[in-house]
Amino acid sequence: MGALALIFRRELALAWNGGGGPLLALGFYLAVATMIPLAAGLPISDTPATHRLAEVAPALAWVGLALASLLSLERLFERDFEDGALDLLALGPVSLEGVSAAKCLAQWTANGAPLALAAPLAAIALGASPTLAPLIVACAAIGGIAFAFMGGIGAALALGSRRGGLLIALIVLPLLAPPVIFGGEAITAFAAGLSWRGGLLMLTAYALAAAALAPFAMAAAWRNAAS
Amino acid sequence: MIARLSVQGVAIQRGDRRLFEGFRLDLAAGEAAALTGANGAGKTSLLRAIAGFIRPTEGEIGFGGEDGRLLDPKEARSRDIHYLGHQDGLKTSRSVRDELVFQVRWTGGDAAEALAAAGTLRLTPLLDLEVRKLSAGQRRRLALARVIASRRALWLLDEPLAPLDAAHRAQVGELMAAHLADGGLIVAATHDPLPIPVKPAPVGA
Repeated sequence: MGALALIFRRELALAWNGGGGPLLALGFYLAVATMIPLAAGLPISDTPATHRLAEVAPALAWVGLALASLLSLERLFERDFEDGALDLLALGPVSLEGVSAAKCLAQWTANGAPLALAAPLAAIALGASPTLAPLIVACAAIGGIAFAFMGGIGAALALGSRRGGLLIALIVLPLLAPPVIFGGEAITAFAAGLSWRGGLLMLTAYALAAAALAPFAMAAAWRNAAS
Repeated sequence: MIARLSVQGVAIQRGDRRLFEGFRLDLAAGEAAALTGANGAGKTSLLRAIAGFIRPTEGEIGFGGEDGRLLDPKEARSRDIHYLGHQDGLKTSRSVRDELVFQVRWTGGDAAEALAAAGTLRLTPLLDLEVRKLSAGQRRRLALARVIASRRALWLLDEPLAPLDAAHRAQVGELMAAHLADGGLIVAATHDPLPIPVKPAPVGA
């Protein structure tokens, strides 16, 4: 347990101090949320545009979240690959699967959790009802785990390729579709006064499956890149 | 603890090119081997194969324990091998202290041992600097501090002395000799003669 905590703390420190990671994702997220009303027509009170935007506000907040969580994935494995740290990590007391899981958890703590807190703000600013806020935070936090672990697979697969960032987005976005669907379903159902538990449970199940299986895929991709 | 390294008939292929074949090396506790050969002969690939990062095309690499029995290679590598390549895995944006303590603890040592090794290699005044501010020689000493701080039997070193000045080369030579006297093993790829007695191991000749 000590070694896992050690690698987790290192990854967290790197995520925080390496070029303003979380602030970058947050800034991107808020910029996207600000752009949407500009494109959809200015929401002057009680115009059709306002209602149209309010209806899809949670969905827009949710998609923005998925995009923002892609931003810092490129550095998750790549920087350790380039400077030789992956070799050091491979000779440590924790298996590569464990190291990969610790990296994704740190990614979630540094990026996913702050984004989850920002998500209701973005949704409400776009016109969603404030009563949705707790559910949006919960969905964003749980979905963020799925984003981090599925994103980690893309990051590990893209190791050593030029323009890895674009490749990661192409690999990862389809894997992020299910959590976006489940989370969106839960929020829409809640807003309509229907049962929202099913969507949230599906989202949680997907996040848990991602956390359980993705480390094996990441470690395999990592071994392949190192050889 | 690793007390014996046995490399039998190893061939390594990178892409379409076969770097070498039939490489043999037997090393017992207290012995060092110097891998020599032209640029591109496969010295680094051989070190990486011993460390388990790449799989040899042919041949066997095994580790023996003090009682003469074969060790599980995975476990031996995760506990008892230091690999120091051209790239040292140090994060340029972090402080010397943070990086050294992390690397030492990750390889099984503790913070006190890390700081003691920093003292030995005269890194103490640099501990609060960012790694990016170090010169090539200081940075190599920092990487070597990890190797001497956490106790692991088999050292795999790729050009360990290249950026060091004469005084530090001599000092690192003494540290290597002390490691061998302690029952350690060293395999070093090098173009310059090492300041310790070594078994010559030409690669790709």
